[in-house]
Amino acid sequence: MAADEKVPVTEVSEAFPFPERSRLLEGVRAYGLIMAMWVRSTMAYRASFAMTLFGDFAVTAFDFATILLMFTHVDALGGYTLPEIALLYGLSATAFGLCDLLLGSMDRVGRRVRDGTLDTLLVRPVPVLAQVAADRFALRRLGRITQGLLVLGYALVSLDIAWTPLKVLMLPMMVVSGAAIFGAIFVAGAAFQFVAQDASEVQNSFTYGGTTLLQYPPTIFAKDLVRGVTFVVPLAFVSWLPALYVLDREYPVDLPQWVAFLPPLVAVACWALAGLAWRTGLRAYRSTGS
Amino acid sequence: MRLYAVVAGGAFRRYATYRTATAAGVFTNTVFGFIVAYTYVALWDARPQLGGYDTSQALTYVWLGQALLMACAMMGGGFEDELAERIRTGDIAIDLYRPVDLQLWWLAGDLGRAAFHLLGRGVVPMFLGALAFDLALPGSLWTWPAFFVSVFLGVVVSFAMRYLVAMSAFWLMDGAGAMRIVSLAGLFFSGMLLPLNLFPGLLGEVARALPWSSLLQVPADVFLGKHTGWGLVEAYAFQGGWAVVLLLAGRLLQTAATRRVVVQGG
Repeated sequence: MAADEKVPVTEVSEAFPFPERSRLLEGVRAYGLIMAMWVRSTMAYRASFAMTLFGDFAVTAFDFATILLMFTHVDALGGYTLPEIALLYGLSATAFGLCDLLLGSMDRVGRRVRDGTLDTLLVRPVPVLAQVAADRFALRRLGRITQGLLVLGYALVSLDIAWTPLKVLMLPMMVVSGAAIFGAIFVAGAAFQFVAQDASEVQNSFTYGGTTLLQYPPTIFAKDLVRGVTFVVPLAFVSWLPALYVLDREYPVDLPQWVAFLPPLVAVACWALAGLAWRTGLRAYRSTGS
Repeated sequence: MRLYAVVAGGAFRRYATYRTATAAGVFTNTVFGFIVAYTYVALWDARPQLGGYDTSQALTYVWLGQALLMACAMMGGGFEDELAERIRTGDIAIDLYRPVDLQLWWLAGDLGRAAFHLLGRGVVPMFLGALAFDLALPGSLWTWPAFFVSVFLGVVVSFAMRYLVAMSAFWLMDGAGAMRIVSLAGLFFSGMLLPLNLFPGLLGEVARALPWSSLLQVPADVFLGKHTGWGLVEAYAFQGGWAVVLLLAGRLLQTAATRRVVVQGG
């Protein structure tokens, strides 16, 4: 009986008439089309869009304002000065912002499973992941990226770093791999929602919680927590490890220096795992049937 | 009155239905509690007695924030998106000719929701926080009822603000923007990100006088025993004053909206 119910899913994915490579392209193209549709729909209510754009800018601005307020009372937090923390903050906020813009609606999978609208996505000849990722694409999330970039700019101007070509190259590397690591968490979180439909908030702990954590220096957290986000959920590779190399700082957990260059590999590994989780989740999906 | 009690009970049960979501929320509250707690420890290590709190009071403040985040709806949510949607679709017309008071109906529902969130989302994070950190729990038993009264007033103030936001949908049609801005202001000016007594100078004075301070700063200070005797009465008067003013403003806006605005839909 269970095998019967799964048939439509396997049929769609196996009977898909494109080889693997062009399927990726097809997915990207579909993503673009759905995204464009949502952008047009957002623009129907311009006043509201302007407010939400400003809101997304401000939500992170308040985060940084909190750090600024803390620094009206202290000169250093966990041994880190304001520009150093601003670098951590800017990198983490920009990487997360980029990921949030591209995949931020993935926490709606649970809702789609609950109300049965995921079925619609399954019968369309477009990869489900692309449809889910582009669902309710929110251009307002540019506000968050802008704010992150501004803080990053402030950090780079006010920090006194002995720049080498390698360190310069590491900045874009950190933003891109960081966004990819966060993205893998979004996808894995979405896959988890096939199992626990109402639990979409759990992933907030790792995404929003993760970016909040990374905005502060690792020295202030308990060692076990730092180990956890290094070895279990590899958030430390988003900004801490590479950024501490740029800042010439010691990481509280003893690790060799070349670890700072691993983020791209970690991102690829995370995506492989997330992809596996997503496929497993999608195969396990059973429609509510109503 | 009985009707509103039924509405409140219904709302309580409605939120209580989603058990997985509640567990997920508790998990998230706890994770955030830990992250913020460590940042506060670093801050208070550098400056003991900052803002008149010692370290364990500051940590208590963190976990109170996590416990009240949903109950006082500091980031918004709860009912205003639903009400705004009814305004956008025109369903509000049906609500308006029901023989109940629109504002009280939603207030009753929101109180039911808050009661559930205080129990479902508040107790466990607070308990886990108390296990992991040395918290300053009230010395006197009387602090507990005093605290809950303050939380109740905080929920009413929060409701009154969110009702105003929902009413804006009569003019803006899409309430998302206004909701977003109010939710931000709520996060910052309630003291969720940093206690308001750490805000410097004029910003601090303004922030402490704004209605949002009723959502967390005032209840937390009652819990920490900062308001006793006449101070407690003043704190209640502050919260109650904002509640009355904001509820009246909501009523005024509602009257204006129903008179002037043409309801959408056919």
